[in-house]
Amino acid sequence: MSTAATVSTLKGARLPKWSPYAIAAGSVALGVGISFAADLHSSIQWALIAGLLFVLGTYGIAARVEGRRQAKDRVATSLVWVAFLLAVVPLVSLVWSTVARGVKVLDFYFLTHSMGLVSDDEPGGGIYHAILGSLEQVALATLIAAPIGVLTAIYLVEYGRGRLAKAVTFFVDVMTGIPSIVAGLFILSIMLMFDMEPFGFAGSLALAILMMPVVVRSTEEMLKLVPNELREASLALGIPKWRTILKVVIPTSIGGITTGIMLAVARIAGETAPVLLLVWGNSLINANPFEGAQQSLPLYIYQQYANSAGAGAAYDRAWAASLTLIAFVMILNLVARGIARWKAPKTGR
Amino acid sequence: MAKRIDVSGLTAYYGSHKAIEDISMTVEPRSVTAFIGPSGCGKSTFLRTLNRMHEVTSGGRVEGKVLLDDEDLYGQGIDPVSVRREVGMVFQRPNPFPTMSIFDNVAAGLRLNGSYKKSELTDIVEKSLKGANLWNEVKDRLNKPGSGLSGGQQQRLCIARAIAVEPKVLLMDEPCSALDPISTLAIEDLIGELKERFTIVIVTHNMQQAARVSDRTAFFNLAAVGQPGKLIEIDETERIFSNPSVQATEDYISGRFG
Repeated sequence: MSTAATVSTLKGARLPKWSPYAIAAGSVALGVGISFAADLHSSIQWALIAGLLFVLGTYGIAARVEGRRQAKDRVATSLVWVAFLLAVVPLVSLVWSTVARGVKVLDFYFLTHSMGLVSDDEPGGGIYHAILGSLEQVALATLIAAPIGVLTAIYLVEYGRGRLAKAVTFFVDVMTGIPSIVAGLFILSIMLMFDMEPFGFAGSLALAILMMPVVVRSTEEMLKLVPNELREASLALGIPKWRTILKVVIPTSIGGITTGIMLAVARIAGETAPVLLLVWGNSLINANPFEGAQQSLPLYIYQQYANSAGAGAAYDRAWAASLTLIAFVMILNLVARGIARWKAPKTGR
Repeated sequence: MAKRIDVSGLTAYYGSHKAIEDISMTVEPRSVTAFIGPSGCGKSTFLRTLNRMHEVTSGGRVEGKVLLDDEDLYGQGIDPVSVRREVGMVFQRPNPFPTMSIFDNVAAGLRLNGSYKKSELTDIVEKSLKGANLWNEVKDRLNKPGSGLSGGQQQRLCIARAIAVEPKVLLMDEPCSALDPISTLAIEDLIGELKERFTIVIVTHNMQQAARVSDRTAFFNLAAVGQPGKLIEIDETERIFSNPSVQATEDYISGRFG
C-alpha cells in the first residue's frame, strides 16, 4: 500500500495563487487590444471591456480547472474587485485633479487675503473671507442644529411614546428629504417679510434646517445601540432616569454621536444653494455674520467659475478653493474618527 | 437593616398580556429565598415587580400590593427611584458600565445619587469590593475599565455595585447562569455571606443551587403557554426538596415534568 497512490477526496485541483493577477493582466491587455482594433479611443471603454473579460475569464478558467462551485466563488471575488475599482477610480481621479489644479495658487498669501479689489479675471486675491464666512456660518448652524438634534433623538429613543413621537419621526423623515434650495427659499421668504438684507446668520439658519434631521437620525441610531441592560443596571441602583441618560447612556454613545455631528457638519459645509440665496457672497472680509453679505467657500468656488468667463486666474482660484474645502471636510472627518476612538468604551485589561 | 417583603394579590401585565396572576408570599429578612420553575412562568417578572423595574418595560403594569416593612411600594406618592435605592438588583448577564473604571462602577450608585467626599467614596468602594470578595483581585487596578474583567469577576463587580448603595433587599435574577462552575461557587459563597446583612431573593434554573443557597424556596408554574404564571407553593427549602405538599412541585423537582 503506497500512500502516494491514495487520492484524497478532500483535495481538489487549485489554480495557482498568481492566477487572478495573470487573468487581470491578460484581460487588460486584451481590452486595450480590442479597443485599438475597433478604433475606440475612450479609456472608459477599454476599462469596461477589460472588467467584463476579467469576470468572464475568471469563471471560464476556474470552471475548467477547479469546478463549478469554486468558479462561482472566484466570480464573486472578481466582481467585488471590479466594483471596488469602478468606485475608487472616480474618487482618486477627483482628488487627483483637484490637488493638481488646486496647488497652483494655493499658498499662505491665498489663505490669508480676501479678493479685495481684485476683479474676477485678474490674478491674485485669496479666500480668507470665504474661509472665515464658511467657518462662522457652519459653526452657528452647528450650534443651533446639534443640541436640538441630539435632544430630539434622546426624546425619541428614551421617552418617545405614542402620537407625538410618531409625528416627530415623520417630520424628521420629511426634513431629511428637503432639497437645500427649498430650505434656502423658506428662510428667504421670512427675510423678505421683514425686509432684511442678506447676512451670514440667515445662511446658518437654512444650513441648520438641513443639518438637524441628519443629526437626529445618526444620534438615534447610536442611542439605540446602547444595550438596555446598562439602562436597567443604572435604574436598579436607584439612579433617576435623567441622570441615567446623562451619565450612562450618553457617555457610552458619545463617540458615535460626535461622529454623526461631524459628518453632518461636513455635509452642510459644501452647501451652495441656500448660501447663494441668503448670504449673497462678498469679495471683502466681513467678520460679522449678523450684518451684511458674507462669503463662503462653496459659493466662492461657484462665483469664481461662473463670473470669470473662462479667465485662467479665476479658474485656478476656484480649484484652489475646492482643494481647501475638501481639506476642511477631510480634517473634520479625521477629527470625528479621532474623537470616536478616544471616547469609545475601553475593553483593555 | 434588612427588611421583610409581604406580597399580596399581585398581578403583572405586559400590555394586555397577563404574565403572573394573584401572587401572595412573604420574604423573610436576613434569609435567602429562591424562585424556581420552568421558563416563562413569570419568576423574573415577579422579581422585577419587587423593585418596580417591571414598569420600565414598555406596557408593564402591576396590580396588588408589595409591602416593604409595612410600606406599600405601589402606594400613592411612592417614588420608584427611592424604591430601587432600597431594593437593589443583580442581573442575569454581568453589565458593568463600559465607560467607567472598576472604582467608578462601584461608586456609580452613590456618585450619581448625590455628592460624596473622595475619602468617603474610597472607603465605601473598598468595603463593597471586599463584601463581594473581589477586592484582592482588583485592588491594584481600580482605574482600569470594568469590562476587562472575566465574566465571574464582572458579576461580582455588579454585586459590589449593588451593595455599595446599602440596599435593604437584594434581588438576583439568575446571577450565575452565564458563569462557569468556579465563579458560580464564588457567587454562592458570597450569597451565604450577604444574607447576614440583606434580604436576598434569587431566581435560578439550577435546582441544586436553590437547594444549596436558599432557606426558603418558591415554586412557580403556568397551566399552559400563554396562561399567566402562578405561585404553586413556598416553603422551607428542605421541605420543598424532600416532601413538597403539591404534586406538581415534586414532578418538577424530580424531573418528571412536561
